[in-house]
Amino acid sequence: MSLLQIKDLSVTFEGDDGPVHAVNNLSLSIDKGQTLGIVGESGSGKSQTAFSIMGLLAKNGRTSGSVLFDGQEILGAPAKVLNKIRAERIAMIFQDPMTSLNPYMRISDQMTEVLTLHHGMSKRDALVECTRMLDAVKIPAAKERIRLYPHEFSGGMRQRVMIAMSLLCKPDLLIADEPTTALDVTVQAQIMGLLSELQRDFGMATILITHDLGVVAGFCERVLVMYGGRVMEEAPTDPLFATPSHPYTRGLLAAVPRVDDEDAVMKAIPGNPPNMSDPPEGCPFRPRCTYAVDSCHTMPPLEPFAENRARACRRPIEELSA
Amino acid sequence: MVSTTENTVAAQALPAKGRSPWADARRRFFRNKAAMMGLVILIGVALFAIFGNYAAQWSNEELDYNVMGQVAELGGPSLANGHYFGTDDLGRDLFARTVQGTQISLAVGVVGALIACIVGTLYGATAGYVGGRIDGLMMRLVDILMAVPYMFVLILLLVMYGRSITILFVGIGLISWMEMSRIVRGQTLSLKGREYVEAARATGVSAPVIILRHIVPNLLGVIAVYITLLVPLMVLTESFISFLGLGVQEPMTSLGALISEGAGTIAYGTTWQLGFPLLFFCLTLFGFFFVGDGLRDALDPKDR
Amino acid sequence: MFSYILKRLAIAVPTLLVLIVISFVLMHSAPGGPFTAERKLPPEVLANLNAKYGLDDPLWKQIGTYVWGIVSDFDFGPSFIYKDRTVNEIIAQGFPITLTYGLLSFVVAVVVGVSLGVAAAVRHNTLLDYIAVGVSIGAQVLPNFVMAPVLVLVFTLWLGWLPGGGWQGPEYWIMPVIALSTSFMASIARITRSSMLEVLTSNHIRTARAKGLPERRVILRHALKPALLPVISYLGPAFVAMITGSVVVDIYFSTGGIGKAFVDSALNRDYAVMMGVTILVGALTIFFNLVVDILYGWIDPKIRY
Repeated sequence: MSLLQIKDLSVTFEGDDGPVHAVNNLSLSIDKGQTLGIVGESGSGKSQTAFSIMGLLAKNGRTSGSVLFDGQEILGAPAKVLNKIRAERIAMIFQDPMTSLNPYMRISDQMTEVLTLHHGMSKRDALVECTRMLDAVKIPAAKERIRLYPHEFSGGMRQRVMIAMSLLCKPDLLIADEPTTALDVTVQAQIMGLLSELQRDFGMATILITHDLGVVAGFCERVLVMYGGRVMEEAPTDPLFATPSHPYTRGLLAAVPRVDDEDAVMKAIPGNPPNMSDPPEGCPFRPRCTYAVDSCHTMPPLEPFAENRARACRRPIEELSA
Repeated sequence: MVSTTENTVAAQALPAKGRSPWADARRRFFRNKAAMMGLVILIGVALFAIFGNYAAQWSNEELDYNVMGQVAELGGPSLANGHYFGTDDLGRDLFARTVQGTQISLAVGVVGALIACIVGTLYGATAGYVGGRIDGLMMRLVDILMAVPYMFVLILLLVMYGRSITILFVGIGLISWMEMSRIVRGQTLSLKGREYVEAARATGVSAPVIILRHIVPNLLGVIAVYITLLVPLMVLTESFISFLGLGVQEPMTSLGALISEGAGTIAYGTTWQLGFPLLFFCLTLFGFFFVGDGLRDALDPKDR
Repeated sequence: MFSYILKRLAIAVPTLLVLIVISFVLMHSAPGGPFTAERKLPPEVLANLNAKYGLDDPLWKQIGTYVWGIVSDFDFGPSFIYKDRTVNEIIAQGFPITLTYGLLSFVVAVVVGVSLGVAAAVRHNTLLDYIAVGVSIGAQVLPNFVMAPVLVLVFTLWLGWLPGGGWQGPEYWIMPVIALSTSFMASIARITRSSMLEVLTSNHIRTARAKGLPERRVILRHALKPALLPVISYLGPAFVAMITGSVVVDIYFSTGGIGKAFVDSALNRDYAVMMGVTILVGALTIFFNLVVDILYGWIDPKIRY
C-alpha cells in the first residue's frame, strides 16, 4: 500500500466572480521513502494540492475526491484527526521563510512546542532535541541562536530553521512547497543539498513542489507536471527529461537556460497561464499549444503509455518532435 | 478636480487591470451596502438640516404659552399643535430647535475638519518636502503637541476668550491637525521622489509652488477620506463641550446642547427632549462613519 | 531599555513646559484677568489681588515662580476663587475617585473589547461575528455623554435598579464605568477583530497549523500577540479620551472627581485650578504613552530601544 494515495482530488474556491477551479481530478501516489516532484508555473494548482493534503486550504476552499494517508482518509477530516498527523507524520515547509516563522516568538519556543505537544516531552528535553536538530541542519552556534527571534536570521538560515522544525517528529512524509524560491541562487543550492542529504538520512518520503525543473532533476525520482489545475504528464525523472511526452513539458524544458549547449535557443512558451476563474474549454494548455487540434476542446484523459509513464495528450509522441 | 486626483490615489492602490481604477473604486464604494446606507442617512440628515425649517410650524425662539408650565403633560410630540418633536422645557418647539442644532453641529464638524485638514496638509507637506533637520524639528513639535490634553486646552480657550462660536469653530479645527500632518508628511515623502516633482525642481520651480501645484493635488484622495472620518470626531467634540455647557450658547443651540438639556430633564418624564436630539446625533455619526469607512475601503482596499 | 526610558523622560520635561507656557500665555492674552468677573472691583483692590497672586510680575517671572513651585514642592499654587483652598487640595480630593472609575473603565473596555474582537474574528461570518460587529458599530456612536443620560433613564428612572448619582459604594460605580467604557470597548473590539482577521491569514499562522497545534493554542499563543499591536497603539489616545470623558461622568453622575473641579473652575475662571488639572492630565498622558511604548516594544521583538 502506498503511503499517500490521492484520487480525483478537486479544489474549488468560491470567489466574488464565481468559483475558481484550482485543482481538477488530480491523482497521485507516493510510497515510503520515495521522492516526487510536482512541477508547474504559478497558478497551476500545485500548492493548493499540498494545502489540501494538510487541511490548510483557505476558508473559502472546497475539496472533493479522496486523500488516503497510510490507509486513512484525511481529506476533510476534523481538525482533531489532522492535528495528530500534522508535524507528527506529515510535515510541511513553505515557500517564504521570511514570513513562515512567527516573528513574535523565539525560535526555541516555536520549535519546542512541537515536541511538547506531540511527544509530551518536557521543555528541557525538547530544547536539547531542538538544538540537536538545528545542528543537523548546519546552523552554527545552535545552542545560542535557538534563543533568538526569526528576524535575527538570514533568509537561508530561516529556511534551515523551518526544515529543522518540520523534521522534529521524524515525519513519514515531507511536503516542501517551493522551499528555495524566495532565496538567493547560491543559498538555493545549499538548501537543496541539505534537503537531499536529510532525505537520505531520515528516509522520509518527500513531495517537492517547484516551478524549477532543474531543482527536480537533482532531487526527485518521479515527476508530475501540472498545468491549469490538471496533471499533464507523469514520469520517472530521467525519461521525462530525455523524452518529454507532452507539449507543455517540452515547452518547459525548452525554456530552461542551458549552460552546456551554447547554440541552444532558450524559448519562452508564448501566451499566459490561464485565468482559473474562466478556464479554457478542454485542455487548459490548448490556447498556447502549437500542436493543438480540434479534439483538444475536450480534456484528454491521463493515460499510461509506457512503464510508469502517463500523459494527457491525444497527439502521438512522434508528432511532437516535428 | 477631486475625481481626477482620487483617480491617482486609486491607481497607486491597485494595478490597473482593464477597468479604470477610479471606476473600480467607485464601483467598490457603491457596492458597499454599509457605505450606501451611510450615504442615504447623511443625505437625509442634511436635507433635514437645510429644509427642516420649511416644515416647522414654529420658529426655534417662540414660546408656546399653551404648554408652558405643563410641558410634561402637554409638551409631548403631537401633530395637532404642530410640535412634531414636542417642546423643550421652556415651551419652545423642539423640531425647530433640532433643525437648528443639526445645522450648527454639521457646520462645526465640516468647518472644523476643513481647518484641521488645511493646517495639517500644509504643515505636513512642508515638513515632508523640506526634509532634513527642519522636518525632524517640525515632527518633534507635533509629537509634543500630541501629548497636550487638547480638550482641556480647548475649554481653557473657550473660557478665556468668551464662549463664541468662532472660537469653537477655529479651536476644534486647530487641535486636530496633528494626525493629518503626519499622514500627509508620509505621503509627501514618497511623492517627493517622483519624476515629475524632480523635473519641476530641476526647472527651477520654487518650493512653495511645487508643494501647492504638484504635491497637494496628489494628496487630495487621502485628504478626502480623512475629512469624512474627521467630521464625526469634530461633531463629537463640539457636542461634548456643549453638553458641559461650555460650547454653543443660547439662543443658538447644537445637538450636544440639546442632549444636555434633554438629559437634565429626564427625571420629569419628558423623554422626547432627550430622544430626538440623540437620534439625530447618532444618525449623523453613523452616516459619516459608514461613508468614511466605505471611501477608505474603496480607495485603498488593502487597508481594512 | 533603561536609557530609552530616560530619553523619553527627557522629552517629557519640555513637553510639560510647552504645556505650561501655552496655558500661561493663553491666560495672559485673554481679555480681562481672573478678577474681572461680573462685579467690578475698585482699582486698588484689584491691584492688591494681582500683587497677592503675583499677577503683576512680568510673564517670564510668573512662569518661573509657577514652575519652581511645582518642581520644588509639587505646589500648584492657591486657587484664585476659593481663598482658603490650594489647587493641590482640590485635586487631591477628586483625583482618587477619577482614578478608581477611570481604571475600572479602562480594564473593562480592554478586556471586553479584545474578547469580543477575537471571538468575532475566530468565528468569522457566523452569527456571533455579526452580533459583535453590530454591537461595536452601534456602540461607536454612543459616547459617554449619550450613554450617561440613557443609562440613568433606563436603570434609575424606569427600572429603579441603580442610584442615579453619588459616590458611596460599588453600586455607584456601575453606570459611570459603563458610560465611560462603551465607545472605547467598541473601538477596541473593531480594531482587534480586523487585525486578528488579518493575522489569521498570515503565513506564520499557517505554519502553526501545519505543526498540528490545536486551534486554541494557535489563536492564543501565535495570533493574539501580533493582533494586539494595533490595539496597543490605540490605547494611548483612548486613555486621553477617557480622562476627558471623566469630565462628563463627574458632572452627570455627581461622582466628585477632578472633572467636576475642572468644569467648576472653567465656569468660575479659576485659572489656577484649570491649569493645575490640565498639567496633571498632560503629565498622565505622557506617562501613559511611555507605558504603551514599552508594552509595544515588549511584544514586538523587532523593536529594541
